[in-house]
Amino acid sequence: MYSKELLRNMFISMTRIRYFEETIEKHFLAGEIPGFTHLYIGEEAVATGVCQNLANNDFIESTHRGHGHCIAKGAELHRMMAEIFGKVTGYCKGKGGSMHIADFSVGMLGANGVVGGGYTLATGAALAAKLTESDQVAAVFFGDGASNRGTFHEAANMAGAWKLPVIFVCENNEWASTTPTATTTAVTDIAKRAAGYAMPGVTVDGNDVFAVYDAAKKMVTDARAGKGPALLECKTYRIKGHFVGDPEKYRTKEEVQKRFAASDPLKNFETRVTNEKWMTKAELEAIRANSAKEVEEALDFAKKSASPDPSELYTDLYS
Amino acid sequence: MKNITFSQATLEAMQEEMQRDPKVFVMGEDIARQGGIFGQFKDLGSLVGAERVIDTPISETAIVGAAVGAALAGMRPVADMHFADFFGVCMDEVFNQMAKIRYMFGGQTKVPVVVRAPDGMGKGAAAQHSQSVEAWFVHIPGIQVVVPSNAADAKGLLKSAIRSDNPVVYFENKTLFPIKGDVPEGEHLTPIGKACITREGKDVTLISYSAMLLKCLTAAETLAKEGISAEVLDLRTLSPLDTEAILASVRKTSRVVIAHEAVKQGGVGAEVAAIIAEEALDALDAPIARVASPFTPVPFSPTLEEAYRVRPEHIVAAAKKLF
Repeated sequence: MYSKELLRNMFISMTRIRYFEETIEKHFLAGEIPGFTHLYIGEEAVATGVCQNLANNDFIESTHRGHGHCIAKGAELHRMMAEIFGKVTGYCKGKGGSMHIADFSVGMLGANGVVGGGYTLATGAALAAKLTESDQVAAVFFGDGASNRGTFHEAANMAGAWKLPVIFVCENNEWASTTPTATTTAVTDIAKRAAGYAMPGVTVDGNDVFAVYDAAKKMVTDARAGKGPALLECKTYRIKGHFVGDPEKYRTKEEVQKRFAASDPLKNFETRVTNEKWMTKAELEAIRANSAKEVEEALDFAKKSASPDPSELYTDLYS
Repeated sequence: MKNITFSQATLEAMQEEMQRDPKVFVMGEDIARQGGIFGQFKDLGSLVGAERVIDTPISETAIVGAAVGAALAGMRPVADMHFADFFGVCMDEVFNQMAKIRYMFGGQTKVPVVVRAPDGMGKGAAAQHSQSVEAWFVHIPGIQVVVPSNAADAKGLLKSAIRSDNPVVYFENKTLFPIKGDVPEGEHLTPIGKACITREGKDVTLISYSAMLLKCLTAAETLAKEGISAEVLDLRTLSPLDTEAILASVRKTSRVVIAHEAVKQGGVGAEVAAIIAEEALDALDAPIARVASPFTPVPFSPTLEEAYRVRPEHIVAAAKKLF
């Protein structure tokens, strides 16, 4: 049984992510956002299911597709939006952008522009937790494509050898940029790789926030208790292109629509909670409306914010 | 003053800083049980607590990455690179993570990591265990690079590096480890970013750092016998460079030889020469000279290694050509 508060928080997190990403897409395509950006639409249940098990002072390491992780860990929408717009009011004062958002006040140690760059950092944060005898855990999100980086091996081995409190969370969305993961990956289930590092490996439906939540709960509890790391593979699907503007010549629109209709994690949630009578449609609608409003306000804040002064170029390099 | 080896000086620095600050810990390959392959960590665990001196898997990527992650979580890690050559294994963690995090996250955090890297050619260690790669790091904004040449600075710069809130790469030339020098008693800190004049002179400035500095001192002795008064400037830190000290000495002597063990092409000497050319060309009475290793990997055979080696005579010859 899930508490009402938890259910509400899950849906708040997932709707915030969905509306945030839809807004980013719209304004990126309108030419209002510099650089490039990667959307988390369709994968909301993964970040949400994991982060609902984490305390404010637990750590996460994120990816280039990191907006969802930030939001799920409690980052503020308006500062995220401002950062993505390159404004001085953003989390990184406009120095990072979409791929480099961090909020150390909520344990969000940073998105990472390097695929597979987060494993070792999360392992180090977990090592710090162990050395200081805190009960903090670190979760590192990564994609199926990133699972083929050597950094995974080194970090997973170190975490396994030292029983560090790290949860390796694979978002298997089937696509490594434009390449189908099945054509470049020796295993079908990434979770099988856990066996090589003396840690449990579990594969769940990543479009079912309850499945993610339940599996992560056990892993986080065990990690806090000193039982060491775990690998959670969440099978999901990348609904949008690798980046906004990706022509997606490698798959058909029909295929994507079919998959989304069958797997939309928000719909899955709504169906489950209304069938079980855990939440009413009115409650869900109220959360949706509030999240949409928050995102609108964030957008407004970002648009009205100033760009950084050129003099900021040389600040924040050294301490 | 006490007369101790460069290696002992680094050990004292580690011990003092780890006893001063419980957030400091060190990890690397073969450092706890073995005491480091050059003995530079000998018995450190028994001095400061075994849990803070950590033998790692052979995973340089995870060593540096975990050091960075631990720093983000509030620790002050020291990572040992075993050999500087192995930076090749973990460069992403060095230059995309460690060096970038503070800036790209808008100054939200500090990254107080020290990476210790024994470098330089030795006796037949060949191409993959002998390199001097400091120039790579001087090219990366966000990192500080220090290069001690003697026991006192080995201690003082390591202590300053550990106290720095910035990532510091600490190059320690392998041939320096057994060399003794006077180290002040008590608290001894060498400031990062400050060069020092090791020998005063008036006719030519020999600019160097790390092990090559000793060869410059030998060369200065030889030059003195031939009536040339050489000033020897030890850069001690390569990033940030002490431009002021470089220019002051060059303006004083009007002639300059820059010497380092790393290959000449794209080396630190090129940067120093460019600064002098930009800022003090008017002060020069002769072209800027550079003495550095040949542009090849470090060879194995003793005859080839000897042919590769920069010797004091090379520095003397380069200096004499300026008159």
